[in-house]
Amino acid sequence: MKKHLTTTALAALASMGLAQMAHADIKIGASISATGPAAFLGDPEAKTLEMLVEDINAKGGVNGEKIELVSYDDGGDPNKARTFATRLVEDDEVVAIIGGTTTGTTMSILDVAEDAEIPFISLAGAIDIIDPVKPYTFKTPHTDRMACQKIFEDMKKRGITKIGMISGTDGFGASMQAQCKKVVGDYGIEIVADETYDPKDADMTAQLTKIKGTEGVQAILNPGFGQGPSIVTRNYKQLAIDLPFYQSHGVASDGFIELAGADAAEGVRLPGNALLIPDLLADGDVQKPVVTAYKTEFEAKTGTPVGTFGGYAHDAFLIMTDAIKRAGSAEPKAIRDAIEATSGLAGATGVYTMTPENHLGLDLSAFRMLEIKGGKWTLVE
Amino acid sequence: MRLSVKSATLLTLLAFVVVAPLFFPSSFYYRVGALIFVNGLAVTGMVILTGWAGQISLGHAGFAGIGAYACALAPEHLGLHPALAVLLGAVISAVLAWLVGRPILRLKGYYLGVASLGFGILVSMVLNNERDLTRGPDGIDVADLGLRGLLKDAGLDLSNGQFWYFFCGFSLMLGAWFALNIFNSPTGRALRALHGSEIAARTVGIDVPRLKLQAFVISAVYASVAGSLLALQNKFITPDVAGFMHSVEMVTMAVLGGVSSVIGAIFGAAVLTLLPQVLTVFAEYEQLVLGLIMVLVMIFLREGVVPSFLRKFRGNEA
Repeated sequence: MKKHLTTTALAALASMGLAQMAHADIKIGASISATGPAAFLGDPEAKTLEMLVEDINAKGGVNGEKIELVSYDDGGDPNKARTFATRLVEDDEVVAIIGGTTTGTTMSILDVAEDAEIPFISLAGAIDIIDPVKPYTFKTPHTDRMACQKIFEDMKKRGITKIGMISGTDGFGASMQAQCKKVVGDYGIEIVADETYDPKDADMTAQLTKIKGTEGVQAILNPGFGQGPSIVTRNYKQLAIDLPFYQSHGVASDGFIELAGADAAEGVRLPGNALLIPDLLADGDVQKPVVTAYKTEFEAKTGTPVGTFGGYAHDAFLIMTDAIKRAGSAEPKAIRDAIEATSGLAGATGVYTMTPENHLGLDLSAFRMLEIKGGKWTLVE
Repeated sequence: MRLSVKSATLLTLLAFVVVAPLFFPSSFYYRVGALIFVNGLAVTGMVILTGWAGQISLGHAGFAGIGAYACALAPEHLGLHPALAVLLGAVISAVLAWLVGRPILRLKGYYLGVASLGFGILVSMVLNNERDLTRGPDGIDVADLGLRGLLKDAGLDLSNGQFWYFFCGFSLMLGAWFALNIFNSPTGRALRALHGSEIAARTVGIDVPRLKLQAFVISAVYASVAGSLLALQNKFITPDVAGFMHSVEMVTMAVLGGVSSVIGAIFGAAVLTLLPQVLTVFAEYEQLVLGLIMVLVMIFLREGVVPSFLRKFRGNEA
């Protein structure tokens, strides 16, 4: 019995060893949730990275060296993400890691990357990732706090002072709900109704009816992503609620309009990024060439519409390669220092300027307030 | 001289824990090993409950969740040392298992599975929704166990991966030793008797509900400690640990390797932990391969991989 078990185990270990990749010039690792519950975020991210690596290698690589991407699918499981991060660091010996589709997987990778002193760019939203600042961790998506601020700014302009909130109980919705509550006071706005729904719920009319019946409510905000916000939007229309309706950046994609229906989504406002509206950008906008190129290529290669989340991966790769170029070296420490010195780099999500105190590098201008009109995105001036 | 099942199992485990690192191509494999041992520990509990007592639980991840979150919350809120938090988690799990198990274990067959499933989902929902305490689905940091630092001061400097590999390895051996002691005790014989036939067991004077409850409580403690070890090792935990899929995974591991044999179940844990690592290139097919393996095992090796092969090697005596 002993012999049997040991041989099997050795065979298994040997086959894992064989799976190791051949040595390449610059190895960048990725752990992304391309399958599992977060697949609709991770899938475009994985495809984007693949596409960009191909592109850059076709153009001769970075500093004359080719890039090799070692990409794993963590299925959205933080435990798996930690294992893959360990594998990237110890076994594949990558010089940098991109990934962490969700906040949970990011927190797992973060710990491994910081321990090994390997630069890590996360693709997840929560502010905890970069606040407090950790030396080797950066991220590309704007935080949910910034989304709240952008929305409240717009509400304030419209003279709204009392709002109702209906939030998903998933990680995204819960985190944004908490952040919005933290900053809402700065804009002289009061939350008079605060409801939640489970991301798997099929109907939110009960919560919306309650908010509708709350005295003095002037607008409704729905932090959440996935199918929940589409259902909320449909219910909103069915209940004929005649108040300004705000969604979050979590649903900033054409898929949302499709799912909710152009009719129900009419008049919905949300903070989105330049990627959704390349044609509406002014000609002098530094982001225009970047988003146009990315959108055209991604849509031609994958046949699916480009979305906010793929854009996060695009920017992470852009920041990484830009840093390697400027560092002139593929040493993890040198890359880290160069990432931190990123300045005025136009990506799909916004223009990045990192500092030792700011490992996100975006400000509120990265968000553009969008409104859906006739099934299309329009810019709110 | 033939070794008893107990010594053979423990010796195999010891040999594996000590010898395997000699063949590790990189220190990443310590991490995989540690995960195998943690899963093996949880699955050893399933052997007692499912393999010996014949009861099915689809909610054991709930206990793993309790163990894990005890390690996350107790040091922060109660000021307990993480090691004591493991104990606290185990005690809470045991008490809950006792309370929940009393009515549940009067149910039979599918109903038991469904009731335990409900319990698991309940724990998972609490962890997800009690955001003020658990910080919700984004997860929570877990304090450092501190034992590695102590070993370092004592002159034994292990890397993080190495430490958790050996720590989990020896925890698993301890767990296996305890389980095998039960197996050979009157309790173990009574458990197997009630698995064979509850009516027959009752006629020979076995207190069936009490024994089932005992098995349920013990297996809950195994799951809880495994959850704690996972949390301490990862230094971060999310409610996924209590999720339904994790419960199913535990049952699958045990059934695949052989639910009535401790070493078999641990083998099952090893296979299912290694599978995603071996199949990274075909990540999309992981579920397919897993399903295929399960179907083949259920058709051709109905007792699970290890017991079936042992029987082949030894003839009928095992």
